Amino acid sequence: MIKPVLLWTDALVFLLVAVIVAFVLYARHREHLRTPWREVLRSRLAMASLVVLAAYVLTGLLDSVHFRKALPVKNGQQEIQYSGEVLSLFDLLMGPVRTQVEKSYSAPFAVRLYTREAVIGPDGVQRRIYPRLRYGGRHLADPDRERGPDIARRATLAAAETAAAALLILWLSSWRLARRHAETPRRMARQLLRGDLDLPWRTALATVSLLLLLLFMLYNLAGAYHVFGTDKVGQDVLYQTLKSIRTGLVIGTLTTLIMLPFAIALGMMAGYFRGWVDDIIQYLYTTLNSIPGVLLIAAAVLMMQVYIANHPELFETMTERADMRLLFLCLILGITSWTGLCRLLRGESLKLRELEYVQAATAFGVARATILIRHLLPNLMHLVLIAVVIDFSGLVLAEAVLSYVGVGVDPTTLSWGNMINRARLEMAREPMVWWSLLAAFVFMFGLVLSANLFSDAVRDAFDPRLRQRQ
Amino acid sequence: MGEKLLEVFDLRTRIGRGPRAVRPVDGVSFHIRRGETFALLGESGCGKSMTALSLLRLLPPAGRIAGGRVELDGENLLALTERGMRSVRGNRIAMIFQEPMTSLNPVMTIGSQIGEVLELHKGLRGDALREKTVELLDAVGIPDAARRHGEYPHQLSGGMKQRVMIAIALAGEPDLLIADEPTTALDVTIQAQVLDLLRDLQKRYGMAVLLITHDLGVVAQMADRVAVMYAGQIVEQAPARRFFDTPQHPYSRRLFQALPDSSKRDRPLTVIPGSVPPLDRDFTGCRFAERCDRAWLHCRTQAPGWFDTGADAGVLCHLFDPGLVPETAPEATQEAGAASPEAPAESGSQPLLVVDGLQVHFPIQRGLFKRTVGHVKAVDGVSLDIPTRRTVALVGESGCGKTTVGKGILQLIRPTGGSVRFDGDELTRLRGERLRKRRADFQIIFQDPFSSMNPRMQVGDIIEEGMVAQRIGGDRAQRRARVEALLQQVGLRPEHAGRYPHEFSGGQRQRICIARTLAVNPKLIVCDEPTSALDVSVQAQILNLLKDLQASLGLAYLFITHDISVVAYLADRVAVMYLGRIVEEGSVDEVLEDARHPYTQALLSAVPDIEPDSGRAIIRLQGDMPSPANPPAGCHFHPRCPKARDECRRAYPPETALSPTHKARCFLLP
Repeated sequence: MIKPVLLWTDALVFLLVAVIVAFVLYARHREHLRTPWREVLRSRLAMASLVVLAAYVLTGLLDSVHFRKALPVKNGQQEIQYSGEVLSLFDLLMGPVRTQVEKSYSAPFAVRLYTREAVIGPDGVQRRIYPRLRYGGRHLADPDRERGPDIARRATLAAAETAAAALLILWLSSWRLARRHAETPRRMARQLLRGDLDLPWRTALATVSLLLLLLFMLYNLAGAYHVFGTDKVGQDVLYQTLKSIRTGLVIGTLTTLIMLPFAIALGMMAGYFRGWVDDIIQYLYTTLNSIPGVLLIAAAVLMMQVYIANHPELFETMTERADMRLLFLCLILGITSWTGLCRLLRGESLKLRELEYVQAATAFGVARATILIRHLLPNLMHLVLIAVVIDFSGLVLAEAVLSYVGVGVDPTTLSWGNMINRARLEMAREPMVWWSLLAAFVFMFGLVLSANLFSDAVRDAFDPRLRQRQ
Repeated sequence: MGEKLLEVFDLRTRIGRGPRAVRPVDGVSFHIRRGETFALLGESGCGKSMTALSLLRLLPPAGRIAGGRVELDGENLLALTERGMRSVRGNRIAMIFQEPMTSLNPVMTIGSQIGEVLELHKGLRGDALREKTVELLDAVGIPDAARRHGEYPHQLSGGMKQRVMIAIALAGEPDLLIADEPTTALDVTIQAQVLDLLRDLQKRYGMAVLLITHDLGVVAQMADRVAVMYAGQIVEQAPARRFFDTPQHPYSRRLFQALPDSSKRDRPLTVIPGSVPPLDRDFTGCRFAERCDRAWLHCRTQAPGWFDTGADAGVLCHLFDPGLVPETAPEATQEAGAASPEAPAESGSQPLLVVDGLQVHFPIQRGLFKRTVGHVKAVDGVSLDIPTRRTVALVGESGCGKTTVGKGILQLIRPTGGSVRFDGDELTRLRGERLRKRRADFQIIFQDPFSSMNPRMQVGDIIEEGMVAQRIGGDRAQRRARVEALLQQVGLRPEHAGRYPHEFSGGQRQRICIARTLAVNPKLIVCDEPTSALDVSVQAQILNLLKDLQASLGLAYLFITHDISVVAYLADRVAVMYLGRIVEEGSVDEVLEDARHPYTQALLSAVPDIEPDSGRAIIRLQGDMPSPANPPAGCHFHPRCPKARDECRRAYPPETALSPTHKARCFLLP
């Protein structure tokens, strides 16, 4: 028996997904909405980064379906008790990687601990040796000799599996494309591989294959070794960094979701109504802008911390507490970051309100609220979209910085910022523990880079000035 | 005339790659002799500007020259290195652009911008440089050149900026000056000044001018020889006199017939149906065949060749092929039986709109607390009557406040003072919901058909918007039916309702805008320069439509324009505005034939005429219109008036009635 748990951030994430799906369905039959997106996908770089982003998003979504397992029923117990540990679908998929906890630090692919321990041998003599790991490489009888060939064998297997999967996907996609273009699948596949299609399917396929290769590698290796090593309490670093993806995505998307209503409503109102409305909104954001952001965030987060500590009865589990803090961080980041977009939208609204179609609507006696929603808002959306996509990577990085400073997410939440924060001490050890930082860096870099590349393509496609130049 | 300076052979330019590449210049050949003015005439999108840019090799990044030869004094420009080309640009060939506002660098003084060219091409330094700069500014007629030398572009008016641009172009003492629509952005009185200047300079420096324009009047005044461009090709070439006497190509003929003027008042204008075809495809036949009234099957299947029709003259048309017998009847005369329904005879019908002493002042605010330190008196006491079923034209140069009058009447800008009575209601006192309900009766059509429709709404929704806002037209199905009927009424098809504005050409968009205003059954439409963004052939279509609608629906128009020929064709009454006030008002014949105010006279004489030697005395106005924030004391016009007297400087002249319908404000009048 399981009991589903809907965390606040889960609810908002799924709301966001629902909004995006609704938009896609709405835009499918509207040419002016579809064209710029096709333009985005026509860029090979954008296609590749979209595939990578999709992989991150999929991980994040799997990690957003939470539940609690029932505890084994004891004798004479009426009610079912649920475990205090909140798990996600992703945790289930990770299976042994989550549960195989070592004693302490171990390097990537290691079979022994990173630290010497005093062990009493069978002969009763105490020695300081590097003991074997409890899980990493335990299937090897003679690790020193067998480890290399074993890893190579598993990697080769992964490559073979990838090749098979890639061929399957190629066949499936050319079969689908063939049906749409009324062609034979064979010819379609050839065109696809030559890169002759209007969208860069070849790039997409290559990126998917690369990701599949990584996936199969992990599948084959992660169960038997700690691919990115383990941390101080022996937890798998790969598992930590994969769990951090959700935190990063939540910060990057929910913050903008919270900020958007403020920025859009206030920006449009300031630009369209002008006069005293404009004055008030301008004073508001100028004031807010002149308070150092970190100060405001620190103050708010610390207040929240005290509140949570004083009201433990509000939260059933630790995860819920940590989640509330994450949500609050999004909220406070959103409140401090709406000013930039608001100013941009105010300027654009000032321009749009003088345009003749807005004047024509006024001449028809169209109500002002209708003008705002029907004439201003759709013509501002490209700016909103560009801002959201560009802000995303900035927010992911901001989380890392804030957690490093200590005012970010809850210390129990797995996040790249927390990993980097811990790595501060690990890097000072002798010998140095470098893999936590490396893992956080690699995964964060992948997300931010693909988000940046994608946002470049989005801006190019939506910026009317650039579009004219083509 | 002298020897050939520039020869262009079969020039071809492509923009973009692949089969969908645009071919704005597709096999253009011409030559320009030393010291002559060669005009390249054509509608927008015909490739005129691209031809000029190709000569200088200044194409946009995606463009390239695909073939042909450009020889300047026998030297092939297309074979030069980029470095060699730089010494040609500005030095031997100079160019001035259409938009003087954006052609100058706003953070450099005009002196240093001219000096830059002198330094580069003439190697001048120090005092010699400054002296030469001042001399050039003097030459282009900038008063007080020594002081202006240190000023920035924003301190100059539009006409002055264009003079500075010309000075920069002259700095390299070029053999050839390319002028790309040099006066299109300027008012007629300023245009006349700049054209005069160009002619003077050409004589003095003996340079050749390649004049690119869409304005037949400008061509008639300036050009020695004319080439007409259509869809990337030159379709006719002839000496100017001959071209204006007997245009040969069907397209050229139609251009002349589509020009509105007073002699065509009582019949519809000849239109060229359709618009210029997109240039991203191959053409099998003649490019004009689709729109030509004399085309026959041969024209659609076989591209015409070039036929010489005399010295320096030729036509690209099958009609002139001696080996072919045209299969059409001689040009159909549209005039017979095409007269529009007789305008209602009774004059002096009830005024629909009475504007009395309308004022629109914009406060000038300074400082932290936005203290009002003055007012821009955009409209300062305008009185106007508009009868039902009549067209009143409001004429004036840009900045005189004519658009503000239109918006003030419609309450899009709330007037500062005066009264606007529409059908018995005082509009300036209506507020909120009551004004919103009344708005159906008076509507507006804007100048720019590109920015007057929301690009993210379907045409059907755009037309329906007014009906929804006014809660008229029944339920959704009935409204849809009305949208389709309206589209047909303005000459579009019902299925266009499902498309987006960007899928239409300029003329079609203006039709949609007209349909949109008609949807709420207005009684008065303010037309704010509805045709000035359109080409002549398309302008004729819209003017015809407006005239038809007036006859069938009994609309009254307030026609705001700067184009005198449109006024002559369409208006019943004319009011001439200068600096926020009406200086002369009367029936169209009275004002255009017998103008009494010196400003009206100057305005009318400055309009370029397509008759090359009409023997008209041309009154040249000096200077620019003063700022409405700080109008001159006395008569606003006196600083520019050739007949100004002492009393003009002291007080604003009272209204003088010249006839029951004709009045003007000038001390010179009895």
